[in-house]
Amino acid sequence: MAIQDERVCFTLTAIIKVENLRKTYGTTVAVDDISFEVAEGDIFGLLGPNGAGKTTTVECLQALRQPDSGMMNILGLDPRHDAPALRRQIGSQLQESALPDRIKVWEALDLFASVTPEKLDWQVLLEQWGLAEKRKSTFASLSGGQRQRLFIALALVNNPRIVFLDEMTTGLDPAARRIAWDLIRSIRERGATVILVTHFMDEAEKLCDRLAIVDRGKIVAMDTPQGLITQYASEVRVIFTSDFADLSWLHNIAQIKKITKSGPRVEVEGSGPVLALVAASLVEHGITPTDLRIEQPTLEDVFLKLTGKDIGE
Amino acid sequence: MRTLVKLSWVELKLFVREPITVIFTLALPIIFLFVMGGVFGNEASTDDGGMVVFRGVGPLDYYIPAYFALVMMAIGTVALPVHLAGYRERGILRRLRASSISVWSVLGSQLAVSFVIAIIGSILILICGIIAYSPNMPQEVGLLILAFLLGLISFTAFGFFLGAVLPSTRAAQGLGLILFFVMMILGGAGPPPEVLTGAMDIIGQITPLRHVIIILQDPYLGFGWNQNASLIVAGITVVAIALAARYFRWE
Ligand SMILES: Nc1ncnc2c1ncn2[C@@H]1O[C@H](COP(=O)(O)OP(=O)(O)OP(=O)(O)O)[C@@H](O)[C@H]1O
Ligand SMILES: [Mg+2]
Repeated sequence: MAIQDERVCFTLTAIIKVENLRKTYGTTVAVDDISFEVAEGDIFGLLGPNGAGKTTTVECLQALRQPDSGMMNILGLDPRHDAPALRRQIGSQLQESALPDRIKVWEALDLFASVTPEKLDWQVLLEQWGLAEKRKSTFASLSGGQRQRLFIALALVNNPRIVFLDEMTTGLDPAARRIAWDLIRSIRERGATVILVTHFMDEAEKLCDRLAIVDRGKIVAMDTPQGLITQYASEVRVIFTSDFADLSWLHNIAQIKKITKSGPRVEVEGSGPVLALVAASLVEHGITPTDLRIEQPTLEDVFLKLTGKDIGE
Repeated sequence: MRTLVKLSWVELKLFVREPITVIFTLALPIIFLFVMGGVFGNEASTDDGGMVVFRGVGPLDYYIPAYFALVMMAIGTVALPVHLAGYRERGILRRLRASSISVWSVLGSQLAVSFVIAIIGSILILICGIIAYSPNMPQEVGLLILAFLLGLISFTAFGFFLGAVLPSTRAAQGLGLILFFVMMILGGAGPPPEVLTGAMDIIGQITPLRHVIIILQDPYLGFGWNQNASLIVAGITVVAIALAARYFRWE
């Protein structure tokens, strides 16, 4: 009964609903069958290998592409029929787009701010996204990361209720990425919902409330980042170096599933208190490695397991 | 509306920042004007000798209104199509669309900029002509303004059409320049149209430029309003707008 209530509650606050979305290009199936819901105020992530259909999915939602079939509901609107009304309430940072070479940073912000009737202060965005110094520079003269920051600022300039960010931090330096994460969190604090397409595991893990892993046009798993890890990658790795040739006695520990040795580097996989057991057993055999350490499972392990691909950042 | 005004202003600034386009649309017609002035002077041909050329008026009286049309054609065949095709090719149109900037704002701003450029270009031609050759002044200013509006809208619509169907900047540049020079030579902005014979004359007759030149020249020279030519220009406009609307793509 309690579960039932939760479901109803969730459905009521869903700001985006997608059911059985499908989109093909000729014989290429870009989006096969995708369904999900996003609760208002969430940061929802889409993670998946190249060509999985992430961009196609979010661009259908933004009324930039026409799906072949399926149901979409965003802010109570259908992107297929209410595109203008929808676009005014959302912000878009597209994976591929550009501005005129000779437009200046401030001109772009001023122009894009003019589509909403409210007076919006885009000066704040210039400061926040570190573009204040560049306000009079032309688009062509910006570096890749600066362009990317301008595109994020443009996605926020109309004070949107939902923000779509397609590979937002690609091309940003580590400091700029951290700043971007903080700013995205602050957008959420303000009440906006964020749809984040990303290739960065740490970004997805740190930022997203819920996460869908997309592969070949389908969602293969969807949960909180921690939920995904617990569900799909419960095994820890214990790593150390040792010149000791024969370590087969480690197999006597029941919790250990796999031992990989490459040169002196030993990697032990298992679940439960593997670190303590391995440590005890090593000491018992007179081995005291100085670099014995444990690696907790990460989202990357989940990703590899579910998609069978290394994303290779 | 606010977006249309903002976008028009930005587009005008972008135009000014693009030296190649400025030279092509504003400077080139003036250079041609001086070349024609240097070659032909401004003496009207008389019908006692050979053939009557330049419609019987002074060459510069002929070329000044003709080069108003040349500015419009530079916009319609080259500047606009290259601009629009480039915007589409590079994803700028997509970006504008995603921010709910309508097709009316995009095309409306281009029309506004075209107006400003054509007016500036024509005034520059008139001033240069006056300074160098003391030609006749425009005779029927009201009708001339009307013809100017019609011609400009026509070539802008033509530019929208080319910009809608041409897939890339390269294609737009290539085809646009060919159209520009063919129409210029055969349409009445190069050699006097009377010297063109046979196929050249027939091709000249079907170029939009020939008719835009006539609707501008007639009020300028005091010949009144040219009904036939203005109907042809209006027809071209309607067809170009219909085709542009039919084939316009954001990406
Ligand atoms: N306009 C298009 N025309 C033809 N095929 C397309 C088009 N856009 C996408 N595709 C194909 O659809 C599939 C999904 O593409 P999509 O861009 O949605 O992937 P993605 O998950 O965003 O990938 P990436 O991580 O590389 O951005 C790909 O196989 C791609 O080749
Ligand atoms: Mg993508």
